[in-house]
Amino acid sequence: MLRFLVRRTLGAVVILFLLSVVTFLLFFGMPRDPALLICGKTCTPANIENIHHVLGLDKSIPEQYLTFLHNIVLGSDSFDQGPCPAPCFGYSYHTNEAVWPTLMDRLPTTVSLTLGAAVVFLVAGLATGLLAAWKRGSLIDKTVTAGSMVISSMQIYFLGPLALALLVYQSHLFEKPAYHNLTSDPVSWFSGLLIPWVVLSTIFAAQYTRMARSSMIEQLQEEHVRTARAKGMSRRYVFFRYAWRGSLIPVVTIFGIDLGSLLGGAIITETTFGLPGIGQLAVQSVFFSDLPLLLGVMLFAATMILLFNIIVDTCYAFIDPRVRLS
Amino acid sequence: MEEEAVDVSKGVDVSKGEAAKGEATLPGPREAGAGAAESPGEPLLVVEKLVKHFPVKGGFPIRRTVGAVQAVDGIDLTVHVGESFGLVGESGCGKSTTGRLITRLLEPTSGSISYRGRDIAHASRKQLAPIRSEIQMIFQDPYSSLNPRQTVGKIISGPMEINGIDPTGGREKRVRELLEIVGLNPEHYNRFPHEFSGGQRQRIGVARALALEPKLIVADEPVSALDVSIQAQVVNLLQQVQKDLGIAFLFIAHDLAIVRHFSQRVAVMYLGKIIEVGDRDSIYKRPRHPYTHALLSAVPEVTLDGGAEETGRERIRLAGDVPSPISPPSGCRFRTRCWKSQDKCATEEPPLVRLSGNRPHHLTACHFPEAPTTEAREEDIVLDPALTALEEGEG
Amino acid sequence: MTTVTKEPDDSGEGAFLSVRDLHVSFTTEDGVVRAVSGLSFDLERGRTLGIVGESGSGKSVTNLTILGLHNPMFTTIDGEIVLDGQELITARESELEKLRGNKVAMIFQDPLTALSPYYTVGRQIAEPFMKHTGASKKAAWQRAVEMLGKVGIPNPKERAKEYPHQFSGGMRQRAMIAMALVCDPDLLIADEPTTALDVTVQAQILDLLKDLQQEFGSAIIFITHDLGVIADVADDIMVMYAGGAVERGTVHDVLRSPQHPYTWGLLNSMPRLDSDLGAALTPIPGTPPSLLNPPSGCRFHPRCAFQGEVGGARCVDELPLLPPGRGGACHLTAEQKQTIFVEQIKPRLR
Repeated sequence: MLRFLVRRTLGAVVILFLLSVVTFLLFFGMPRDPALLICGKTCTPANIENIHHVLGLDKSIPEQYLTFLHNIVLGSDSFDQGPCPAPCFGYSYHTNEAVWPTLMDRLPTTVSLTLGAAVVFLVAGLATGLLAAWKRGSLIDKTVTAGSMVISSMQIYFLGPLALALLVYQSHLFEKPAYHNLTSDPVSWFSGLLIPWVVLSTIFAAQYTRMARSSMIEQLQEEHVRTARAKGMSRRYVFFRYAWRGSLIPVVTIFGIDLGSLLGGAIITETTFGLPGIGQLAVQSVFFSDLPLLLGVMLFAATMILLFNIIVDTCYAFIDPRVRLS
Repeated sequence: MEEEAVDVSKGVDVSKGEAAKGEATLPGPREAGAGAAESPGEPLLVVEKLVKHFPVKGGFPIRRTVGAVQAVDGIDLTVHVGESFGLVGESGCGKSTTGRLITRLLEPTSGSISYRGRDIAHASRKQLAPIRSEIQMIFQDPYSSLNPRQTVGKIISGPMEINGIDPTGGREKRVRELLEIVGLNPEHYNRFPHEFSGGQRQRIGVARALALEPKLIVADEPVSALDVSIQAQVVNLLQQVQKDLGIAFLFIAHDLAIVRHFSQRVAVMYLGKIIEVGDRDSIYKRPRHPYTHALLSAVPEVTLDGGAEETGRERIRLAGDVPSPISPPSGCRFRTRCWKSQDKCATEEPPLVRLSGNRPHHLTACHFPEAPTTEAREEDIVLDPALTALEEGEG
Repeated sequence: MTTVTKEPDDSGEGAFLSVRDLHVSFTTEDGVVRAVSGLSFDLERGRTLGIVGESGSGKSVTNLTILGLHNPMFTTIDGEIVLDGQELITARESELEKLRGNKVAMIFQDPLTALSPYYTVGRQIAEPFMKHTGASKKAAWQRAVEMLGKVGIPNPKERAKEYPHQFSGGMRQRAMIAMALVCDPDLLIADEPTTALDVTVQAQILDLLKDLQQEFGSAIIFITHDLGVIADVADDIMVMYAGGAVERGTVHDVLRSPQHPYTWGLLNSMPRLDSDLGAALTPIPGTPPSLLNPPSGCRFHPRCAFQGEVGGARCVDELPLLPPGRGGACHLTAEQKQTIFVEQIKPRLR
């Protein structure tokens, strides 16, 4: 198991390295000169040259990349804005703030939004999915199936504004979405995130319901489940001990992917509700061609996805001894 | 036991090497030149020292090849023009891998496969192209081996299309002929596989294999997925095709009775090796390898005087399971389950040779073979010298 | 139990398991599949009944029905299944649960898929023992280890802690048998238990089953498509075709003088190790019928070579009845059967 984790982590580091090379080349090899963006309207060739020198853009691309990598691993003191401890992604072209602290600033919002919603959609999705599978063919099953189909075909940019309009602006039942610090003001933290949670988890829960139901029904048709019934184990026991375990594999897989990509930035949700998370940061960085920030966000998101990939694989080993013992 | 072993070890033929080589050719008109490869008895397919190892990955921290599943480990076999050659063995013995190597669905690790004198084991795609049409395959599962989205016509004409062959009268006419040959209604040209039963699908598979008028068909468990009453239909069809069209068959199966019914010569495989090979009657009536004995005695049989009352057939029960092909036993691979195993078996791999008392071309890889059965032994003593002379005289 | 072969009579009284006029049908998208229609048979304690038939003959469905393991949503069942005085079709789920794995146990075809990959072999064997005897976890584990030893698994104490995928095919089937016998069942239903195994391993498992039957005295229903296996293990044979029994009797009687053209066909179509070479096999023509729309009259008539001998359209119109006890469900008279068998069938079998 430990060997497995070490091997996977080493693999992830290699992937991140390759990814950083590719993204770096893509952005810094672009024909558009970032110096033009920074120096604005009153630009002279001397200004541009100065900016080039300050940003290190006058060096060759491999040199620039090595500096970039060096800064991430060891930090840097060569920035005009001040010292930049590792992991240093440099300073934003747009706001002139250090990239990594900005990311860390935004992280609590994204984590609160994602984890809060994830707990809800996982529990609600699994519960309704299992219920439908247990009552397969009944009215409950049919209602759940139809309902989840309708909901999962909706999008956040539809359901989000709808919820805002109905529940916040018209009826004033809920607070306007906003992020408050969890430790200093837990009540506002909760009420400010309630609507985004509800909207995000409704859509995801519907997908998890469908997935849990279908994978459960598939498992219930497995021969070993029939064997368990044939030796006299009760339907409930067989359902939860034999069938459920196997049905978790696809659910865990998708959950890992969802969680990883949401933590890397729930772009649409954060934009819809105006929450200052990493997703919103990603949008801004693209909008302003803010290369250091963009690189930082991208590598952060990739790290999240790789991390959850490893977590998912670890979960497989816990669920299935065939994985554990091979 | 002791006595028997001594007796048998004395019986090992001295001219081992010669006998082993003799396996490559069956008595037949050998004087014919290269142009007469069509005549029955000429070797069509000669496999020598064929090896297929599947790598096993492992290691830390970087995964690498740490071992090999020795699926096929140095086998020799020859299939002659128009002959039906049976390959039997239990699951994991390498018989299906052998079939896939010969049709080049798998790349051999080493060894040679020569088809009509041309080495195809290492031939490139381009070099293989003209030979591909002459070697065809029939698969076990009639459900997954036919593309469900293609019509029967399309499936059967597929090989012609790929090889750019336009028979006189057109492909459709040829497909209809083929459907008729395999006992299906030519009107079913436009139907889809799901409209057919398992047996009928297998007939479609046979028609596809026949489309290019092959010289050799590798049939990998062609009837084992079918119901008993349907198996006989397909076996009869294959037999008729073999006789009428003079196609050689490599018939791979685990069912000993069906192999006996279908094949003129039979090889028995165990853990990637051929442990015994010879004429059908020789193998089934005078098996010498303990494994062949065990295999034959394990087949449950209907006796017509009611039930399975012992009919003088001795019952041999093998203990345990087949060892892992990743680390097969040293020396003789069967020794871990063999009741005759001695020290020699662990240190020395028995060569596949003709033992004394064996009929010509019957080769056995065993240090301490079973004595020929009583009836067979009498027969051997009385008949064998004459028989041998006769057969070799013919050759 | 008794050494004398007791002919099953029509009443089924006194039999340990008695199935009367069983009808099972499934509702599918294409229509109603009549999987079993009008099946009756008896089984006594300590005897082995071999059920032979091809896929779709209803042999597996019948046995799932005995334990109520069919899907109740799509299945309709009619008739009577009485086990040791207890009616099973109308029994409540909780009563069936007490029976399953306890009084009646099952062994399935493919032990790799029939055992759960998620739990150790020991736990899977211990589970029904705990449930049915109320034994403690520890006692049940010990029992599981003991059973593994009994079915010939070396080093059972250690092997009990392993998972099914760490066992070989033959060992897995042994573990499956240990699981079935852990509560000392009176009836063991073995559904193609050796079909997925190699011949040498099959021989081991058949021997094991015979030995264990001696020890446990269970009645066994042995389902297979292989007459050779039946001849090896069974006392009685029931041949099934298209959802009904077409012939039954003791193994000795059925194999010596089979009474139904389908049984003749089965015997004729299999090559044996001692059968004559050179002659082609004699297959049964055609294919098994669709049970969505089974043939009228005798279900075998579209594939039967002898309906001409019966005369008229009797085979097409009238379903022949299987007489109680020894016999075949065929319109041919006893003399006709005798003549056909001796003159046309038996010579081909040699």
